[in-house]
Amino acid sequence: MTTTGPMSTASRRFISFLAAPAVSPLIALVIAVIIFATQSDRFLTGRNFSLIVQQVMVVGTLAIGQTLIILTAGIDLSNGLISALGGVVMTKLAVASGVNPVLAILIGILVCTAFGAVNGLLITRLNLPPFIVTLGTLNIAFALVRIYSTQSITGLPDVQTSLGETFLLGTTAISYGSILMFILYLITWYMLQNTAFGRHIYAVGNDPEAARLTGIPVNRVLLTVYTLAGATYGIGALMLIARTGVGDPQAGQDANLESITAVVLGGTSLFGGRGNVMGTLLGVLIVGVFRNGLQLTGVPSIYQVLITGILVILAVAIDQLSRKARA
Amino acid sequence: MPSPERGTPPQVADQSARTPVLSAQGLVKHYGQVVAMDGADFDLFPGEILAVIGDNGAGKSTLIKALSGAVIPDSGQIFLNGEAINFRSPLDARRYGIETVHQSLAVAPALNIVDNMFLGREIRRPGPLGSVFRMLDKKKMLADATVYMQDLKFRIQSMQQAVETLSGGQRQGVAVARAAAFARNVIILDEPTAALGVKESGMVLELIQKVRDRGLPVILISHNMPHVFEIADRIHIHRMGKRTAIVRPQAYSMSDVVAIMTGALEVNKQSN
Ligand SMILES: Nc1ncnc2c1ncn2[C@@H]1O[C@H](COP(=O)(O)OP(=O)(O)OP(=O)(O)O)[C@@H](O)[C@H]1O
Ligand SMILES: [Mg+2]
Repeated sequence: MTTTGPMSTASRRFISFLAAPAVSPLIALVIAVIIFATQSDRFLTGRNFSLIVQQVMVVGTLAIGQTLIILTAGIDLSNGLISALGGVVMTKLAVASGVNPVLAILIGILVCTAFGAVNGLLITRLNLPPFIVTLGTLNIAFALVRIYSTQSITGLPDVQTSLGETFLLGTTAISYGSILMFILYLITWYMLQNTAFGRHIYAVGNDPEAARLTGIPVNRVLLTVYTLAGATYGIGALMLIARTGVGDPQAGQDANLESITAVVLGGTSLFGGRGNVMGTLLGVLIVGVFRNGLQLTGVPSIYQVLITGILVILAVAIDQLSRKARA
Repeated sequence: MPSPERGTPPQVADQSARTPVLSAQGLVKHYGQVVAMDGADFDLFPGEILAVIGDNGAGKSTLIKALSGAVIPDSGQIFLNGEAINFRSPLDARRYGIETVHQSLAVAPALNIVDNMFLGREIRRPGPLGSVFRMLDKKKMLADATVYMQDLKFRIQSMQQAVETLSGGQRQGVAVARAAAFARNVIILDEPTAALGVKESGMVLELIQKVRDRGLPVILISHNMPHVFEIADRIHIHRMGKRTAIVRPQAYSMSDVVAIMTGALEVNKQSN
């Protein structure tokens, strides 16, 4: 082996260790937890952790779809507004149009799934870049939300807020929505690690031409990924209305960048083909822990934004350095 | 163009031994102003090693991409066992038992050797784990892939290392082993020894002969004349987008063949 450039073998090893799936985000999360635990005795409690998870479950769920898309070397800017549309559809159908609330939920999820499929169709049939396509559908979803409803929809039927309800585990109240989020992560992890479709997602993100030459139906993989992502946005919508108790036409506007942040913090490469959905879960939790911990220790919340920014740059730098170390 | 008729048996020609396994007539492919194939003909007969040689940019890779479904020709016709066939994707050609090592190798760098070996034809666990939960049989794939690589006697530290951590030659070994393992009808190798050392090239040449001895015809694209003369049964010379000659290595010297390739020497077209 020849070493090129100034990088020593030891530093290469160190960088590839940091770039290994979920290692860096896990270190960051553990450090953050230790620091906040020593600063506030209210931090390290089951109740507080349950709260953190509830605060991140919507973005956490959207970030699952975002991870799949980024693994294919794509990006989705439209997820938050697709989710907002889904939420408004679910609630307004049930509250104003008298549709059975469960049916309304299904229709809302279907609308989100269809939106995801439209993203996928535009990207695969017209060969347009995902960034541009989802920038377009972001605006379309935004407009549709406002056209459909300008006001918050309140007085939701109980079944539509059931994901926000809690059960007691020991003395800690845990919401059904958080459990659902963890289950979705497990299913996605299983799919990526243990099924052929998972392998194909990585192959397409790695090198689409190589994937095509080995007989993988690249466009079908992409279309499926964007459609599945749309479905996760629908579930995110259901969590959102359950958490807030309203169908909010203002919702979801920052969720695209927040979900991309979580994916990047989790060590998934924006260049596609590398990463892991469990890393994204850690990324989501890191953001949640910082937000909560800084609040508890009385640090102004703007510092959370500052720290998130620094962590994002660190995560991307590690990815970039590890790409150099491989080359 | 007629579509492939999978149900019908192959045509029996009067000289059945001489029906090409794979052949093509008048293939044309344009890339904008560039003519990559300009009426290319092609024939591969059962059990032979056919070398395809030609200058850089002569259109060799484009030809074999058409024969492996990776490129759809603008016009012309491909035949499998004498029957007209249209490949619409690499998967189509693969279904007919045609395996290809592309010049670009077509591997996914971040995936490991086993994953690459089985990419697009993964093996699932038996029973409901496989059929309902779609679970991959990683153990079986690892065991099989290890056997395929051992056929090549390449030294690999771990089958679970990412392909990007391999040397260029080892990567080529993975691509060759994959094609050799799965080919049922034809194996196509586009410069499979380009990045290989002397010993590894020898292994690949040996493997090619083993594959031929198994009864499979081989298409070998190479710029390495000694290799070509060592193992080819016939040599297809490609020039400016089409076949200009077919020669037998016994009948011509290397320098003659190079002269034909560069257009310095004319030959009668079918000197076999
Ligand atoms: N995808 C493509 N887009 C545009 N032009 C192409 C493409 N593929 C091939 N060509 C052009 O077609 C011609 C034939 O290329 P091809 O790769 O088939 O040559 P080759 O004989 O395999 O060359 P080499 O020995 O260098 O591998 C070249 O002029 C090349 O530039
Ligand atoms: Mg070539």
